Amino acid sequence: MASVHAIPSLEQEYEFTSESKRRLMIGIGAGVVLVAIGAFLLASGVGDHSHEVVQGQGHSAGHEGEHGFKWTTRLWANLWLNAVYFTGVSVIGMFFISYNYLAQAGWSSVFKRIPEAMPAFLPVTGIVMLVTFFVAGHDLFHWTHHDLYDPNSEHYDPIIAGKSGFLNTPFYVIRIVVYFVAWYGLWRILRNFSLQEDLNGGTEYYEKSIKFATAFLVVFAVTSSTSAWDFVMSIDTHWFSTMFGWYTLASWHVTGLAVITLTVITLKERGYLQAVNENHLHDLGKFMFAFSIFWTYVWFAQFMLIYYANLPEETIYYRERFSGYGGIYQAPFFINLFLNFVFPFLVLMTRDAKRTNIFMKIACWGIIVGHYFDFYTNIMPGTVGEHGGFGPIEFGMILIFACGFMWSVSTQLAKANLYPKNHPMIEEAIHHDI
Amino acid sequence: MADIHGNGGKFLVGIFDDDDVVLKAVKEVKQAGVRIHEVYSPFPIHGLDVALGHPRTRLGIAAFLFGLTGTLTALSLTAYTEKFDWPMVVGGKDSYSFPVYIPVIFELTVLFCALGMVGTFLVSNGLGPSVKPLMFDLRTTDNKFAMAIDLSKNQLVEGRIEQILKDAGAAEVNVKQF
Repeated sequence: MASVHAIPSLEQEYEFTSESKRRLMIGIGAGVVLVAIGAFLLASGVGDHSHEVVQGQGHSAGHEGEHGFKWTTRLWANLWLNAVYFTGVSVIGMFFISYNYLAQAGWSSVFKRIPEAMPAFLPVTGIVMLVTFFVAGHDLFHWTHHDLYDPNSEHYDPIIAGKSGFLNTPFYVIRIVVYFVAWYGLWRILRNFSLQEDLNGGTEYYEKSIKFATAFLVVFAVTSSTSAWDFVMSIDTHWFSTMFGWYTLASWHVTGLAVITLTVITLKERGYLQAVNENHLHDLGKFMFAFSIFWTYVWFAQFMLIYYANLPEETIYYRERFSGYGGIYQAPFFINLFLNFVFPFLVLMTRDAKRTNIFMKIACWGIIVGHYFDFYTNIMPGTVGEHGGFGPIEFGMILIFACGFMWSVSTQLAKANLYPKNHPMIEEAIHHDI
Repeated sequence: MADIHGNGGKFLVGIFDDDDVVLKAVKEVKQAGVRIHEVYSPFPIHGLDVALGHPRTRLGIAAFLFGLTGTLTALSLTAYTEKFDWPMVVGGKDSYSFPVYIPVIFELTVLFCALGMVGTFLVSNGLGPSVKPLMFDLRTTDNKFAMAIDLSKNQLVEGRIEQILKDAGAAEVNVKQF
């Protein structure tokens, strides 16, 4: 009941302590060390059992065969995987505040500064992606090879050549730049309005924010799909799925919601954001529950049609993941389904669980880890194939990106009051009661 | 004595004009030691269920059991027809290929759950064809809020309860005999 909640002060500064900074630095350092160890092991050929197999296959392995396998590909693939994953998490912060503005939702304004802090990480992932593409594009993206498009070449591939209007290097680079500039630019505008609103008050910034949030949603409606094709689907160049844009958006969205929820709960447990009560958590829990099921629905819709139609050029995608490459992707394939559907479905089912910190945190971690494996199963088979695995290089890279992301979010949180105190809906949000 | 829906009972019905007033009145009337039968409102009032002290709903259990019935029906239907009664090979797959039947299983689960919940709703609210619904006051479907008090379940005399209701903000207090 609304009257039971004590109303805390809306003046609260988040302090990014030197202790937190030190821990994050240690995290990044440990990540770098792990990546270095992993890279050393790969370079010296330890633990790569499939080395001889590939040598034996030679040219019969197709287009990849001519290059042989470079251990650095796994490093770049990991970089790409984490960049895609954290790009998604960051941009979902913007997506969340945008649809809340458009719906004129009140309840979320009390913790709005958390999703608002997330997109600040976009330039980092954008630069990582561009660098990765320029340095290792040929290793990760089969379609970047020129001889595929040359009818006189023995490697001429009519299917890929037919896609050259979209999948060509200049247009691809332009698209990546456009995505990041558009997402980050629109976020800067909304963020600026939000900070100005704190100083000056009034509903003027709110009205303007709705306009720009709507603009972002229009942009994101297109770019979320096309970026999913570019970042993930183009790796398996022959294969395509019309569900893929939605599928990746669903995956990004539920991960972003889990990150928002986890951050809110963590801040609450540290004594911040006391105005966020179990009703807000309940709504966030419903959000995660609903979008976990939505993700499953899209995943299954994509899988079912391909399974049922049984066309070789389509089923190869699931064959590779289910039993291909010596079955190394079977575990991630099932971990993905378990952590992203079964686990949140059961944990978040009851009302009480959604109102209890510990259950929410467990569900959040499940979703965050689960969707890493979602992108892992989508990216790794097409880039590293049988050389994939889960070792120090994977752990290290996750650690680097996660600590970097937390650093970026903490920096942004410390820049402004933790509540948008002049937001027109803040009063409603404090009294949120369901 | 009235049955669970109030049939055969004698009631005092306090009519309120405002949802905030009726929510506050619930606490005051209960404080005065009166047992409230039910409060009727044109729209849901936040916190009313808590104030009335209603027990946690068991609708979730009913929904789960209806859904489970649907799941089992779909499983046995697909298994019986496709595996035992008339095995067919479609698209080179085993005659019972589980992923193919997930949509069937899902749909029947939802269908059984939905129909079961409609039935539960009708039964638990005493609605349905040829059943005469109990209306404490027709205006609760428009703009008034009614608090019904079962006189047979209260020790206090009628006049005292009427006074308590009026003190709590009731615009009028009527007697309703079913």
